[in-house]
Amino acid sequence: MWIYEKKLQYPVRVEKCDLTLAKYLITQYGGPDGELSAALRYLNQRYSMPNRKAMALLTDIGTEEFAHLEIIATLVHKLIKGATPEQMQAAGLASHFADHEHALFYVDAEGHPWTAEYIQAKGDPIADLHEDIAAEEKARATYEALIALSDDSGVKDALRFLREREIVHSQRFSEALVLVREDKEQQKFF
Amino acid sequence: MNERDTLLRRLIFDLQKVSFALVELQLYLDTNEADPQVIHDFNQLSELQNNLKRRYETEFGPLLQYGYSPAEYPQGWVENPWPWEL
Ligand SMILES: [Fe+2]
Repeated sequence: MWIYEKKLQYPVRVEKCDLTLAKYLITQYGGPDGELSAALRYLNQRYSMPNRKAMALLTDIGTEEFAHLEIIATLVHKLIKGATPEQMQAAGLASHFADHEHALFYVDAEGHPWTAEYIQAKGDPIADLHEDIAAEEKARATYEALIALSDDSGVKDALRFLREREIVHSQRFSEALVLVREDKEQQKFF
Repeated sequence: MNERDTLLRRLIFDLQKVSFALVELQLYLDTNEADPQVIHDFNQLSELQNNLKRRYETEFGPLLQYGYSPAEYPQGWVENPWPWEL
C-alpha cells in the first residue's frame, strides 16, 4: 500500500521556460538511469531479498525514488509550460509535441520510450545489490552532467539535492551488501 | 503571491525540512545498528512532523489521502494546489 502526500520532497523553483533543458531533464524521468527505473528496480527486488535489513532498505529507497520522480516531473512541467508549437519545434521537441503535446512521457533525452530492459532482477542478493549500487552511481553521474548543462539556478538547486540523494543511496546499498556477504559466509556456500 | 499562498508555501517548507530528516534517518536505521540516540531523535522529529502536519491541515485541508488526514468541507484536497501548481 502506498499513500500520497500532497507535497514535494524538496521545493522546486524554476526561473523561466527552457525547452532545451527540459529535453535533457526528461531522461531522469524515463531514461535508463532515471527515477522511474530506480523505483521499479528496487521495489521489485524486495520479494527475493533474503536479508531483512536489505528488504527494508529496498522498500524505503524505492519509495523515495517515487518522490524524486515527482520532483523531475514538476521541473519538466514547469520548464515546458506555455511553450508554443513553434518553440517546441525550435528546441527539437516537434516529435514530442506531435505525440504528447505538453504532456510528460517516460522517455530518455533522445525520445526513446522507457523499457524494462533498463532494470535487472537476478534473484541473487549480491548481484542485485551490485546492480543497485551501479545504478545509483550512474544516476549521480547523470545529475552531474545535467547540472553542467543547466544555467537555471532553481533547477540546479533541485538537481544538486537529487545528486546528493544518489550518493546516500549508494552508501546505504553498500552497507546492505556487506550484510548480505556476511549472511553468505555464515551459510558456508563456498 | 497573496498572503495565503505565502503561508501555504511556508508550512510546506517547514514540513519538507522535518520530513527530509526523517527519510534520512529511516534509511540510516535500515542498515545500521539501532543507536538509542538516533531512535530518540527519530521519535522527536516524528512528533514535530505530526504537529506541522496538523497545522497545515487546519489551514489547507488534507495532506494525505485515504483518511490519513481528516476530511473537511469545502474540500481542500480537491481545491488546494498540487505540488506542480505551486
Ligand atoms: Fe536513488
